Amino acid sequence: MARIVQTNKPLSVNPLRVSQPMGAALAFLGLARSLPLEHGAQGCTAFSKVFFTRHFREPIPLQTTALDMISSVLGGDERLQEGLATVIDEHRPEVVGLVTTGLVEMQGADIRRVLRNFHAGRCESASVVAVNTPDTLGGLESGYALAVEAIIEALVPDAVVPAVQRARQVNLLASSMLTPADVEAIREWIESFGLQAVILPDLADSLDGHLTPQGYTTLTTGGTSRQAIAAMGRSALTLVIGDSLAGAADLLQARTGVPDLRLPGLTALADCDAFVQALADVSGRPVPARILRQREQLLDAMVDSYVPVGGARIAVGADADQLVALGRFLDDIGARLVAAVSPCRTAALQALNVEEVVVGDFEDLEERARDAGAQLLIGNSHALQSAERLGIPLLRAGFPQYDHYGAAARLWVGYRGARQLLFELANLFAPRGAGIAPYHSPLRQDFDGAAAPSARSISA
Amino acid sequence: MNQTDIQNLLDEPACTHNTAGKTGCSRSRPGATQGGCAFDGAQIAILPIADAAHIVHGPIGCSGSSWDLRGSSSSGPQLYRLGMTTELSDIDVIMGRGEKKLFHAIRRAVERYSPQAVFVYGTCVPAMQGDDIEAVARDASQRWGVPVIPVDGAGFYGTKSLGNRIAGETLYRHVIGTREPAPVPPGAVSAGIKVHDVNLIGEYNIAGEFWRVAPLFDELGLRILCTLSGDARFREVQTMHRAEANMVVCSKAMLNIARHLRETHGTPFFEGSFYGIADTSQALRDFAKAIGDPSLSVRTELLILREENKARAALAPWRERLAGKRALIFSGGVKSWSVVSALQDLGVEVIATGTEKSTEEDRARIRELMGENTRMIDDNDQSALIATCIESGADILIAGGRYLYAALKARLAFLDINHERDFGYEGYAGFVELARQLALAVHSPVWQRVRQEPRWVRASANTALLEEA
Repeated sequence: MARIVQTNKPLSVNPLRVSQPMGAALAFLGLARSLPLEHGAQGCTAFSKVFFTRHFREPIPLQTTALDMISSVLGGDERLQEGLATVIDEHRPEVVGLVTTGLVEMQGADIRRVLRNFHAGRCESASVVAVNTPDTLGGLESGYALAVEAIIEALVPDAVVPAVQRARQVNLLASSMLTPADVEAIREWIESFGLQAVILPDLADSLDGHLTPQGYTTLTTGGTSRQAIAAMGRSALTLVIGDSLAGAADLLQARTGVPDLRLPGLTALADCDAFVQALADVSGRPVPARILRQREQLLDAMVDSYVPVGGARIAVGADADQLVALGRFLDDIGARLVAAVSPCRTAALQALNVEEVVVGDFEDLEERARDAGAQLLIGNSHALQSAERLGIPLLRAGFPQYDHYGAAARLWVGYRGARQLLFELANLFAPRGAGIAPYHSPLRQDFDGAAAPSARSISA
Repeated sequence: MNQTDIQNLLDEPACTHNTAGKTGCSRSRPGATQGGCAFDGAQIAILPIADAAHIVHGPIGCSGSSWDLRGSSSSGPQLYRLGMTTELSDIDVIMGRGEKKLFHAIRRAVERYSPQAVFVYGTCVPAMQGDDIEAVARDASQRWGVPVIPVDGAGFYGTKSLGNRIAGETLYRHVIGTREPAPVPPGAVSAGIKVHDVNLIGEYNIAGEFWRVAPLFDELGLRILCTLSGDARFREVQTMHRAEANMVVCSKAMLNIARHLRETHGTPFFEGSFYGIADTSQALRDFAKAIGDPSLSVRTELLILREENKARAALAPWRERLAGKRALIFSGGVKSWSVVSALQDLGVEVIATGTEKSTEEDRARIRELMGENTRMIDDNDQSALIATCIESGADILIAGGRYLYAALKARLAFLDINHERDFGYEGYAGFVELARQLALAVHSPVWQRVRQEPRWVRASANTALLEEA
């Protein structure tokens, strides 16, 4: 049981936290033909766009209502109406993700009332899904989770399908910690049992690897369609990865009556095993031999690399879901979490196998990592400054990763992802040639120095 | 900041935009807006001052996604790279604790990081709250004996350009003219050379590119009092009023500072750029002209002759590989023409250029360089831009980083010339680097590969369709 410590300082230095509206926008990017619209001043959106563009190395569809001075003071309802009309008329999206920011939350903007009036005035070609995400609260993870909840609220009908009528289909609620590669691997995993997967949201399909004939588009390419989301009630099981999605999972279960399995992550051995068991149960099929083989390979790798990773001292700064998922894996391989920092307080953090979890920033992480003698830092690209000052390597995880290629392609989940992560850690800790500095004895004979007789004097 | 102040900033008298039948910068349209806000602009202009603490007063959205993303390099202190914010919470907002938190945030920054100064950036939420950051800055400055400068540029005040001007106004009002320059160290230049003090305004030293040019200044005996703001130190900014000439580099962003210094101190200024051989030489000539020292003029010409010869020799192999290639440039402002002339220098045909932030004067220069029928693209729209690119048969798109992935999706070669890039292109040496990067991009085998499609791809797609039907 970890103690959660809230630092009480007035100044955040090198923040780990990313804002709630950005998390919500990210979730909407996992839907098909979708366009997130941030209600606020235009800078919020410009920042989000650059942030995700640099991380995913993809064009990011994102718009803003661009509040100015007058609409900030007198209310931004008209600009919201105009913004909605503009994005719907110009881009024909299937879903508009309406995301609020601190500015309009502070105004007390009632976006749902604006939406009612907006819908009354025009035909419904696009579903507008609204979510309140002030950036004075929470972070990327909570904003993302709130958006997933809002999507279920808006697009999944409130009707329980009798169990006998359910399809060979499972739902997956995917946390913000999962990379596009993770989501794709999970889909393949599910399909290998002869099941269909409805993934909410599906960043794998939308934010990775598109080079289509039509080139660049202003809406998301790929992602989960409105129709697929509406059919989530017909699934036999909902798999939930990440503690942050508990609220969304509760809502989905209440709406559809579909039973669920909730896992804090999908990297630790026990989590992977439980996931496979659930798929075997719901499909009524034996586990494919391939998966069994992958599990063996992971176990073999754990045996091979226990020396370098055993007892390794690791400091992690990450959103709570990722921190917990990584922490469980570090427990598997015998590495020690010696400093843990999360940008937001969540109940799930208590389960971590570490003395205390600090709710703070990279300044806190750097300080604690130094005190604890950490040998490796895990965090987003911003942690590089700290790692350099500490003189230890950095393993990049989380948002943003702007100075590195392949953040979206990195696999963290499943037996294969765990094995890859394990090898990377082992290589980071493996001794590199100069383990012990050479020692120079002052008493050793010196043939070249002043004291030695010179070759000339001998020959002479 | 009240509306009159903002209007005054928008109507910058030295900005040629204002003489062309429209006044000030245009407003953003909901649902069809690109680009940053006033806070973004203000922060970008001031942040590279390396030995200052930069505190963003607002909720996490403002700093959390923007800190340490700027490519400005410092040769000394790295303090500016720390992202500092008061990270206002909902309770702070409800209880009105923002000012108090800011006060303590400044104290903590001063005690832990010993900055030469603290810049405090206002944002939307505290501006709505009515936080008086100017008063907090004044009190904190008195209490802890470190200059604290309030930058009042909330996001909803307007666009990034407005933010740049707010930054300029702030620096002029609070910082410039508050210190005298240090004496020139004895023996720093050869005997007989008279040292002249100059400033560069709007030079951000992206990826350290100004370091390619700086040695030339030293050789000519031009002491740069301050580069605003790439690789700048706070105390250098304080002495800017003593320069004999100012150069506004590649941007209208902080033109207001140059104008103020001309009005109050009679310092002449000119606009220029260090991109390309011709422009670099022109900039050095303009300094000599503005200063009016005959010895400097002669030495400048000799240096230009030497450097141009050197650069042309280094460019020869690249010029060969680039001859006849067609480029489309999408970069606003001064860069829209300065890059055009640079590319023409290399034998690259420029088929269209973006003029989003360009003034009438910039447009005139483009017409002068490219002829009357030049295609100018005003629309800040990625789809339109890519479509133009394909239509016009361009070999390469040269633009800011946010167009990169849109271009790559369209299988177009791309060169990034905005501020997040990794290479420095300024000066004679930088131009050779630009030519090299251009040649590498245009000649990469990747473009050919991604446009090829073996038969079986179509075949398997057809099979899939048949199966579905």
